[in-house]
Amino acid sequence: MLRFTVRRLLLLVPVLIGLSILIFVWVRALPGSPAESLLGERADEQSIAQMRDQLGLDDPFPVQYGRYLKTTFVDGNLGVSIASRRPITEEIKERFPATFELTFAAGLFAMLFGIPLGFIAAKRYGTVVDHGSLVLSLVGISIPIFFLAILLKYLFAVKLGWFPSVGRQDVLIDAEHPTNFYVLDGIITRNWEAAWDAVMHLVLPAIALGSIPLAVIARITRASVLDVQNEDYVRTARAKGLPPRTVDGRHVMRNAMLPVATVIGLQVGLLLSGAVLTETVFAIPGVGTWITEAIHNRDYPVLQGGILFIAVIVVFVNLLVDVSYGLLNPRIRLAGR
Amino acid sequence: MRKLVKVGLLAAVVTLVAVSAALAASSKSTASDTLVFAGSADPVSLDPAVISDGESFRAVIQIYETLISQVPGTTKLTAGLAVGWKASNGGLTWTFKLRKNVRFHDGTAFDAKAVCFNFDRWYNFTGALQSDAASYYYNVVFGGFKKPEKDAPGPAKALYRSCTATDANTVIIKLKRRFAPFLGALTLGPFAIQSPAALVKYEADKGKLTADGVFQPLGTYGTPGGQAVGTGPFKLESWKLGDKLVLVRNDSYWGAKAKLRRVILRAISDNAARLQALQTGEIQGYDNVEPQDISTVKKSSKLKVVNRPSFNVGYVTINQKVKPFDDIRVRQAVAYGLDRARVVRSFYSGRGIVAHEFQPPSVLGYSTSVPKYPYSPAKAKALLTQAGLELPVEVEFWYPTDVARPYMPDPRRNFQGFAASLEKSGFKVVPKSAPWRPDYLGRVDAGTAGALNLIGWTGDYADPESFLGGVLRADRQFGLDNAIGKKLYADLDKALAEVNPLKREAQYKRINNYIMANVIGVPYVHTEPALGFAKNVIGFKASPTLNDLFVSVRIV
Repeated sequence: MLRFTVRRLLLLVPVLIGLSILIFVWVRALPGSPAESLLGERADEQSIAQMRDQLGLDDPFPVQYGRYLKTTFVDGNLGVSIASRRPITEEIKERFPATFELTFAAGLFAMLFGIPLGFIAAKRYGTVVDHGSLVLSLVGISIPIFFLAILLKYLFAVKLGWFPSVGRQDVLIDAEHPTNFYVLDGIITRNWEAAWDAVMHLVLPAIALGSIPLAVIARITRASVLDVQNEDYVRTARAKGLPPRTVDGRHVMRNAMLPVATVIGLQVGLLLSGAVLTETVFAIPGVGTWITEAIHNRDYPVLQGGILFIAVIVVFVNLLVDVSYGLLNPRIRLAGR
Repeated sequence: MRKLVKVGLLAAVVTLVAVSAALAASSKSTASDTLVFAGSADPVSLDPAVISDGESFRAVIQIYETLISQVPGTTKLTAGLAVGWKASNGGLTWTFKLRKNVRFHDGTAFDAKAVCFNFDRWYNFTGALQSDAASYYYNVVFGGFKKPEKDAPGPAKALYRSCTATDANTVIIKLKRRFAPFLGALTLGPFAIQSPAALVKYEADKGKLTADGVFQPLGTYGTPGGQAVGTGPFKLESWKLGDKLVLVRNDSYWGAKAKLRRVILRAISDNAARLQALQTGEIQGYDNVEPQDISTVKKSSKLKVVNRPSFNVGYVTINQKVKPFDDIRVRQAVAYGLDRARVVRSFYSGRGIVAHEFQPPSVLGYSTSVPKYPYSPAKAKALLTQAGLELPVEVEFWYPTDVARPYMPDPRRNFQGFAASLEKSGFKVVPKSAPWRPDYLGRVDAGTAGALNLIGWTGDYADPESFLGGVLRADRQFGLDNAIGKKLYADLDKALAEVNPLKREAQYKRINNYIMANVIGVPYVHTEPALGFAKNVIGFKASPTLNDLFVSVRIV
């Protein structure tokens, strides 16, 4: 198991190098240049040329890339945001908790509703319930996140007023934020109003963001349960006279959950990318809005640092999924040897 | 298992319903002594000397005050921290009488020494603080530093000479050149007076330029979680980036105290989200209502639109270097041939007013008697024939691509509108375009963007020089190295040095008349941004230069 994990970790190195090259090239391929975004509208050509020189933007690409690699990976310095003038690592520390909270809530929502939905559909295979759940999950997969977000917001926030429409917390609430995880902060500081309010702010964004993973999970669960249900050992269990609840719980679900677990892991990347849109629509000050604003402001250091950060997170989550899958299913581990 | 699932689902549904019900029941009403206002981003800094963005302006102008203020909603000068001022030595020396018994929020006294401390601070900026990225407005107005860094302007280019505190309430500021816009410029947030004690204590001047060229403050002053100490009607209570900036009433303010107890500024970058937050009551006001959202706000019984007086101009350049546009009759024909009213009506969603001058009406020196050129293809053709030209007259007309400016949301549509009307007026338009930066701007500046091109300007500060000087001193753009240009620049320089405001106003009116009589260019639009508010928010006046004060705002 250790060797498997180490091997997977080593594989990360080329992945990260590839990523850093992609991000580096992509950011530089954007229209405009960092010198212009720094100096603003009125800058004349001479000062732009000076700034280009100062920033080394006229150096050959490999030289620039080498410099970037050194500051990013050797010095561990992601730079300073043009827009906020603050170190990028500091901003990530403040903003990532918002994104984490949102993706966590969305993932939770997707699992809590997706698994039972898939299970019920499989158990009622071929009935109205099954077809209904199929249609529902098809709709879930097809509706773009941002559209669903706008729809939910319009209905439940603007029209009905049941949920707040923007942000992470009502600004009129006085709350302390020792960890920047607002729900957790409310609990730690025993400010129940703040914690509850933070949860309320998560409901609509989590539903919007969780809709696609929910549909995917429901479909995989359904297919997997259908598969497992017809396995010999399930038939044997039934034949032994075990009550249906025990058969479902111990034999069907436990085995059916294997592919579902993988899918859940894979959804994390989707959740993080979806968070960019959801955060923008609900004005949640997370990494997603941050990157969107950075594109808008041509905030190159943020784009470089922020995207690298997200990419690394996704890569690591996938690694965790691989490793945990190895734990769940010994066959994978063996193959790794 | 099935039962378990059922129970789980039931529990989830019950929870959701309960939550909704609880929320509906407890739908909070906002405290009427707190205004929550949304901008599109967080402020960059609360140190006025190093800001140039609107979001920072909004916060700073509540906390700090300038020597000279503006009558709310206008650019008219009025007493601020200085109660009186006069020029001597032909406008090279300015004496300011300061308001007495004023204290900074940290309890230290506001006096002549504090004023000089601030002026000297700007002039003595070193290192990263000299960069445009930090002290943009100081660079624009004062133009030079005592000890310039490599490539930065030095004392020879500086407007500022010295500041002397002759007594506790008198300050003498000496300038190196006659520069009457000085007074208008002093109303800008970046020249607000800050507590010297706080600036020193919290290391406002500590900062560096990063390898990416970004100015990074290293002290805590003016940063999120840090300090900001002025004399204004509101004090900074807290600022958490991405969350909120809380201002509380300064109960020991020298003037009429704020009606609100708190002002909370928050950032919502998405336009639609800002509108919806206003609709749900999560905020009570926001800036930059999108043109397409204005009717939604207006139609709502609970909301209203407040217009911000325009501070920009969109215009058509005429390059007199290109023949036959050196002939005034041809330029007049262009002016008559541009259907300005139609373009403004069609492409500005009701946010534009037709411009007749290069400066907006809110700025000193706006003339009501400039020659106007209402759309008239007949007159245009007649003028071209008088000039001895064969119709149609071919004209190269440039417009930028990949850009939207406040005064030009969609340049291509403006171009198409104008080209159509010019073609009806005896011209044959040859369309040309280039990406905004650097190609288009470079060409416009160099005078190589055809005979006509679309461009515009947003003022820096409330003075006609910021418009007329800013636009027209680009002589190559207009091909003004001729008699018309010579007289224009002589008049502009004279007005620049005139310290008597009445005489100055008369001079600028004459200049505006001269510009339009000679059709140096054709201004066509001033746009008015809009703010959205809850109807029960009263007493807010939008400032053309973003000096939006919340001191007189009430929630009823």
